[in-house]
Amino acid sequence: MSAEGTTPKDEGRDVVIRARGLAVGYGKTVVQRDLDFDVYRGEVFVLLGGSGCGKSTVLKTMIGLLVPLDGTLELTGASFVGADAKERARLLRKIGVTYQSGALFGSMTILENVSLALQEFTDLPAEAIDLVARMKLGLVGLRGSEDKLPAELSGGMRKRAAIARAMAMDPEVLFLDEPQAGLDPVTSAELDHLVQSLVRDLGMTFVIVTHEMASVFAIADRVLFLDKDRRTAVAIGNPHDLARDSEDPMVKSFFHREPLSEGRPA
Amino acid sequence: MQHTGPSETLRAEPRPGASVEARDEGGALVLRLAGRLDAAGTARVWGASEDALRGLGERRLVLDLTGVEYADGAGIALLFDCVQRAERKGGGAELRGASDEVRGQLELHDPDVWCGGPQPGREHAGLVVEVGHASVTAWTEARDLITFTGAVASALLFALRHPRQVRWRDVVRVSEKAGVNALPIIAIIGSLMGLILAFQSAIPMKKFGADLFVADLVAISLLRELGPLMTAIVLCGRSGSAFAAELGTMKVNEEVDALATMGLEPVRFLVVPRIIAAVVTTPMLAVFANLCGLVGGAIVFLSFGHPLVAYYRQVQGAVTHVDLLGGIFKAFVFGIIVAAVGCARGLQTGHGASAVGHSTTRAVVSGILLIVIADMAFALLYYALDI
Repeated sequence: MSAEGTTPKDEGRDVVIRARGLAVGYGKTVVQRDLDFDVYRGEVFVLLGGSGCGKSTVLKTMIGLLVPLDGTLELTGASFVGADAKERARLLRKIGVTYQSGALFGSMTILENVSLALQEFTDLPAEAIDLVARMKLGLVGLRGSEDKLPAELSGGMRKRAAIARAMAMDPEVLFLDEPQAGLDPVTSAELDHLVQSLVRDLGMTFVIVTHEMASVFAIADRVLFLDKDRRTAVAIGNPHDLARDSEDPMVKSFFHREPLSEGRPA
Repeated sequence: MQHTGPSETLRAEPRPGASVEARDEGGALVLRLAGRLDAAGTARVWGASEDALRGLGERRLVLDLTGVEYADGAGIALLFDCVQRAERKGGGAELRGASDEVRGQLELHDPDVWCGGPQPGREHAGLVVEVGHASVTAWTEARDLITFTGAVASALLFALRHPRQVRWRDVVRVSEKAGVNALPIIAIIGSLMGLILAFQSAIPMKKFGADLFVADLVAISLLRELGPLMTAIVLCGRSGSAFAAELGTMKVNEEVDALATMGLEPVRFLVVPRIIAAVVTTPMLAVFANLCGLVGGAIVFLSFGHPLVAYYRQVQGAVTHVDLLGGIFKAFVFGIIVAAVGCARGLQTGHGASAVGHSTTRAVVSGILLIVIADMAFALLYYALDI
């Protein structure tokens, strides 16, 4: 499969990510299989499921860190599989990723963290890079913290700085791995508002791995529910619809915060 | 929009992507931007826009965005930069013909809110402030060192009184890593040191027909000075840095805090086993280094045509058990310095991966410095005691 391609359409909507028969895992260990889903441009798509079900593995496969064990996975009609270095670099320019820990470079200031990709991949003059980086930091509410080191920021500020860094190159899709982990409800809600405004005003697409149900109901257009035992997706759709209509016991217990069955931990 | 005709700067980029064109219009400078103002396009037109704005004077700037198909963060930065320059010159600026998408970007980034006012720059502290900061840092470090020394002394006394409380398994593990695993490097450096000493001293001594005394020089130098010193420096680079990195990583990962909250005193739990291991292994390694050095000297001595027994007798006559014990005692103290400094620097680690590297460097630098200072103190002491 080539990395080149055109963005497919589905009922008039741009499909940014398309998975068909996708199996993900490590080596010979299949964590999730038979995954069929599309992520549309401008939507917030959430990967949901219990701990250890493989959400982060699916995410890592989507961003090209892991190779699919089976099936196809396309990002704007192209694939990381078989892509040469140039094509891979072009695909990587379309995505931004934030990791659970923030993964900011500890020896650099926040401004330098955000500026890094602009310095490496664009021909913008230094003053333009400085301005863009400051604006991205302003966008996530970190004005005044530009010269601080990551260690000097709170957990919530580090998460926001990581989002600013991921947005530095104005990617088409932002992948957020557990963005709310360790955040208080207020900071978590602020992060939700940020995501909503980026989707509304910039038409950005988000793929988010989270356990935070309040956030899922607030921002998710659709969720893909992954089950650990069955090793595949058991539901896909709007979270409110799934919470109301799904008959799957795992989905129901997850959305309603109930134990799965007596004697078995939820 | 009425055009009064081009009258000044005209810059159009030949490459597809983005372009900029400047013209005078009724006393205002109109900067017409077109194309895709993404990172690549903006990079192409940034310089041209700056050139056009140099001739702005006090005129009003009109940014015509009718032809802009797309603008991302870089494009918005360009617009903001132009507006800021125009406002600084006093003529003000206005945007014209922005699409909904560009307007959305502008509203979201809202440079007036996020970037309004002068950018805060790094303040350059004066000399007095710098000296003050340095003094406070030095005082804090000295205080930390005294506190750490007290904590270590207290923990070692506790270990002496309660030997069963010492984590002997850790002592053995650290002894193996810091001591046994260091044998090859100590053997190589020790024997080479003996060879070098013998060769370097042989030339002047031969001139006086005193090449037999090469053995004396090698033995005295190694046992009293070079054996313990070289061993301590190697250990400082090898094990002191490892202690600092190991404890520093534990500090960064909050493992040290976890120990403390579990009621396990970090100094007793982490530092004492390392100091005991270093105190035991450093003198033994110093003796081993002495032996290897003497073997190296013997090889050179034999190459001069002297018998081995002559070397043995010369060495036996040159050094006494006092020289050997003096060197061993120095190695004992050096061992404490290496382990204590390595652990102290590790526990002083700040936040982040770079802090671990910083601690490791500081452990080696200050360890070697303290070893040399201690060695000088020993030289004075031994001289005063006529040892």
